Amino acid sequence: MTAMRGKAWKFGDNISTDHIAPGRLFHLRSNLPELAKHVLEDARSEFASSMAPGDFVVGGGNFGLGSSREHAPTIIKIAGVSAVLAKSFARIFFRNCINVGLPAIICDTDKIDEGDELEVDLLKGKVINHTKNIELSFPPLPPVMTKILQEGGLANYIHKYGDFKLK
Amino acid sequence: MGKTLAEKIISEHVGREVVAGEIVVTPVDVCLVQDGTGPLAINQLRKINLEKAANPQQTVLFIDHASPSPRKELANDHITLRQFARKTGCYVSEVGDGVCHQVINESFVRPGDIVIGADSHTCTAGALGALGTGMGSTDVAIGIALGKTWLRVPESYRFVVHGRFQPGVYAKDLILHIIGMIGADGATYKSMEFGGETIENMEMSERLTMSNMAVEAGAKCGIIFSDEKTREFLLKHGRGKSYRELWADEDATYERSFEIDASKILPTISFPHTVDNTRTIEHKDCQDVKIDQVVIGTCTNGRLEDLRIAAQILEGKKKHPDTRLIVVPASRKVYQEALEEGTLSILNQAGASIQSPGCGPCVGIHQGVLGDGEACLSTQNRNFKGRMGNPNGFIYLASPATAAAAALEGKIADPREVIG
Repeated sequence: MTAMRGKAWKFGDNISTDHIAPGRLFHLRSNLPELAKHVLEDARSEFASSMAPGDFVVGGGNFGLGSSREHAPTIIKIAGVSAVLAKSFARIFFRNCINVGLPAIICDTDKIDEGDELEVDLLKGKVINHTKNIELSFPPLPPVMTKILQEGGLANYIHKYGDFKLK
Repeated sequence: MGKTLAEKIISEHVGREVVAGEIVVTPVDVCLVQDGTGPLAINQLRKINLEKAANPQQTVLFIDHASPSPRKELANDHITLRQFARKTGCYVSEVGDGVCHQVINESFVRPGDIVIGADSHTCTAGALGALGTGMGSTDVAIGIALGKTWLRVPESYRFVVHGRFQPGVYAKDLILHIIGMIGADGATYKSMEFGGETIENMEMSERLTMSNMAVEAGAKCGIIFSDEKTREFLLKHGRGKSYRELWADEDATYERSFEIDASKILPTISFPHTVDNTRTIEHKDCQDVKIDQVVIGTCTNGRLEDLRIAAQILEGKKKHPDTRLIVVPASRKVYQEALEEGTLSILNQAGASIQSPGCGPCVGIHQGVLGDGEACLSTQNRNFKGRMGNPNGFIYLASPATAAAAALEGKIADPREVIG
């Protein structure tokens, strides 16, 4: 997990899993690369076609509320987003992000504007906003989640360790 | 030290005393996936060569979201589920059997169980005194294969409800009121624990509605004690032996406590596009809101008692000519009972389209997708933009009584004025 760099795409509060991966595209759930072309379409229709690999999704509060569909963080990752930043996350979405190897970072996203150039260092727990020349810090994950993220997700983690290792 | 229901259930599973905030690895009793999340779960297990089930008799794969299948891609997903079940010995709950959260509680969940499901409304199991929680496909896949998961023991919020509802007011109004009060992230990561005489007097049908919507306040679970009502429910479904009584300790520690007077709750409606955007029926915003479609059903309010409430209001009457009425019984058992006692006949004669048990139009796949600019009033649990298949639709959430009143009037209407 090296430092990541890219542009900020801003979203509001309460971005639901229906904004990210809507039910009307339910039939694409077993075709994730195709579903990823529609990622976040119902929040910002231009996002999927305009973002560049490495960019960041930057939400407000309660990002990812709603359904347990892991397809939501999965297609954000497939689209090439390096991390999701928000003031707070819905519980299942947050856990799913880590499980699919997509960093989910809790920080004060009011200090980030659309298009800001960001750099994230997961190990140091820092977001550097190069446009505004400020640094934001974020709390470390519980050790079990850090390990899962380091392995690139829960499936890889279980494949490697065969079980949950809390210590 | 006294324990909350969540602490008590997790402590029993891990074999030592746990307190809120700890992270534990715990055995799980029941696992479920559905046709929207199961294929991904199975693919994950295939990828790491772990296609097995630790407890196949307690693992259920539900075909309920796109059921019967409206598209070939989804029919193929159903095949994936059936193949996995054949290989591992898990159950498949088939087309027409019903919504996962209804069937799992009718037939599998016991008080004190830990239930994980790749569906956010797995918290419904809390109504039976179980800790049910929604997770993603990979988490549940690993739970199925290894028979365990990791959890953070949640802090608990206690909701004590006293008094009696006015006629025309139900558990749905209470839970919408609570979510409106604390917000869509008001209980994120927490266990909501419901108690007090109002909850004690509730039938299981209403308790299931309460627990079902805990996730709409962000909660990990929504747990209710188990008592004589729970025992009767289990007996009715041929599982009397699964009963055990379970209460939180008197001296349990709660992070927050709320007292609610049920007699002051009014019929409550969530306005588009968030569940916490609530209004009481007396609010001016409820005047002249035209409704194009009414849905009565889902894991929130598709039980026999819900259909009866609607039938009582609609008996001998016709729905409004400009409003479609869709009724979806939550399970085959509900469908059968409603059929035999004549409830479905009343709804059919009132002009309802009665559909196969399952999730119906709630997930936006089929059976009632909204047109541009259309408004739907539904008894379901979510009204997010795009939820019913069209981001240009508007979804209002309410009780079956309010839904039936809207079907009659063609607009949002006060159920207290039409209730028999």
